[in-house]
Amino acid sequence: MVIDKIKKVTVIDTKANTKASDMMVGKWIKCDNCKEILYKEDVRNNYSVCPNCGKHFRLSSRRRIAQIIDDGTFEETDSNLHTTDPIKFEGYTQKIKLLEEKTKIKEAVKTGFGKINGINVAIAVMDANFLMGSMGEVVGEKITRLIERAIEKHLPLIIFCASGGARMQEGMVSLMQMAKTSAALSKLNKAGLLYISVLTDPTTGGVTASFASLGDIILAEPKALIGFAGPRVIEQTINQKLPEGFQRAEFLLEHGFVDRIVERKDMKEELYRILKLHNY
Amino acid sequence: MSDKIEEWDRVIEARKPERPKALDYINYIFEDFIEMHGDRYFGDDKAVIGGIASIENIPVTVIGEQKGKTTKENMERNFGMPNPEGYRKALRLMKQAEKFNRPIITFIDTPGAYPGLGAEERGQGEAIAKNLLEMSSLEVPIICVVIGEGSSGGALAIGVGDKILMLENSIYSVLSPEGFASILYKDSSLYKKAAKEMKITAKDLKKLGIIDEIIKEDNILENTKKAILKDLKELLKLNKNELVENRYNKYRRIGKGEEDDIK
Repeated sequence: MVIDKIKKVTVIDTKANTKASDMMVGKWIKCDNCKEILYKEDVRNNYSVCPNCGKHFRLSSRRRIAQIIDDGTFEETDSNLHTTDPIKFEGYTQKIKLLEEKTKIKEAVKTGFGKINGINVAIAVMDANFLMGSMGEVVGEKITRLIERAIEKHLPLIIFCASGGARMQEGMVSLMQMAKTSAALSKLNKAGLLYISVLTDPTTGGVTASFASLGDIILAEPKALIGFAGPRVIEQTINQKLPEGFQRAEFLLEHGFVDRIVERKDMKEELYRILKLHNY
Repeated sequence: MSDKIEEWDRVIEARKPERPKALDYINYIFEDFIEMHGDRYFGDDKAVIGGIASIENIPVTVIGEQKGKTTKENMERNFGMPNPEGYRKALRLMKQAEKFNRPIITFIDTPGAYPGLGAEERGQGEAIAKNLLEMSSLEVPIICVVIGEGSSGGALAIGVGDKILMLENSIYSVLSPEGFASILYKDSSLYKKAAKEMKITAKDLKKLGIIDEIIKEDNILENTKKAILKDLKELLKLNKNELVENRYNKYRRIGKGEEDDIK
């Protein structure tokens, strides 16, 4: 298997890049599930899903939008919002700056408008690469503004969730974003607009306990970790190991908290079908 | 207690077993409290109490997170850590309050929502989320009082209201100072530093605009009663639209971030 991959690499690489050193550096990843060595380009061409075992790797918000939204139709909103460091937590603003440089994104969510096979939607995509996708004031504010604009424009709302929960570095201001976003969704409900929540790996804590769980329709990616309390906290509380598959998307489906599990390659089409059935 | 008191001492005070618990407040403040049980889906969570009562002849719905004062009581009350059915019972009673046009008073006192296996299976996150959404638009006045330890989403789940009050020595936080220290400082022994930096006291939270009023503790039950009555009378003057719109705006303005300077 590994040898096959190396052969494949050589072919692709001679076309794209003639430098021999590039072939060896940073082009390989190991699947943390099946341990297979994979050529990055293959994974990328496969929606960032392991071609061997089907593991859905975490996606950046940028690449998620590229997979879901029609080319050239995404208009980002509020990309210029930054945190006011509400509790003046030592080292926090420096940490944000470093992350901005490292990840080339400004916050843990991208919001905006775009089309899915021609249908206009309001969309938010969280990014676990940025402080574990944690929700602070900027995440809460961007999502709330998006919901309010969706109401103004009568657009359906889609949120791709990926978050470790509330952003501790912002203290109680982060907790209150749960109330703020949920209140905005209550208005969206009253306006009769569709909200599809898509749970991706990981969706936990304060995000699970707010907008992630409030979709009219809740979809999840295969094997995504979804829960309120983190697995380690639960293990410490009950003093035993958690059963295999606990808090995975399939577990939530079985317990009635998710409507459907959708593979990444089918996600756009699935969203489109649902939107169409709601007359958008 | 004076302002000089260290934040960590307030944490200790807020968690003290002998401190009044939700039922003490309810029995003192209201007349003829009738407790109601069960979420109608799964069971009755003893960490959350609720029912109907009256205050100066105004019928109200009261809800509280109930801790025990002894180990035995605490075992029974799961140390004030609700399961999803506790939050669903609270929501059932709150929706009923709306139906009968009764104001709602909640008492917050919890180390957090219970992080157990069953709680996850039965949708702890969904239960909390649902309460946040519903409470934001209930068409009756809601007054929430943090009486001891208000920790995390487990506290907020009965804490969305028109007026948020805090006892002088209560705390309200995104997670426990111990948890904060172990995650952010990678050293759980720095809990005192965490308690200070996290801004969890009534005074700090009032400054941050998260809560509305601080209740002095020199006469803890009577002061709380007076504060609730004052707010209740004020809120009863508002019509339903004003009430819900004001509540929306109250949360809408918390933590808005800042636009970058134009480059």
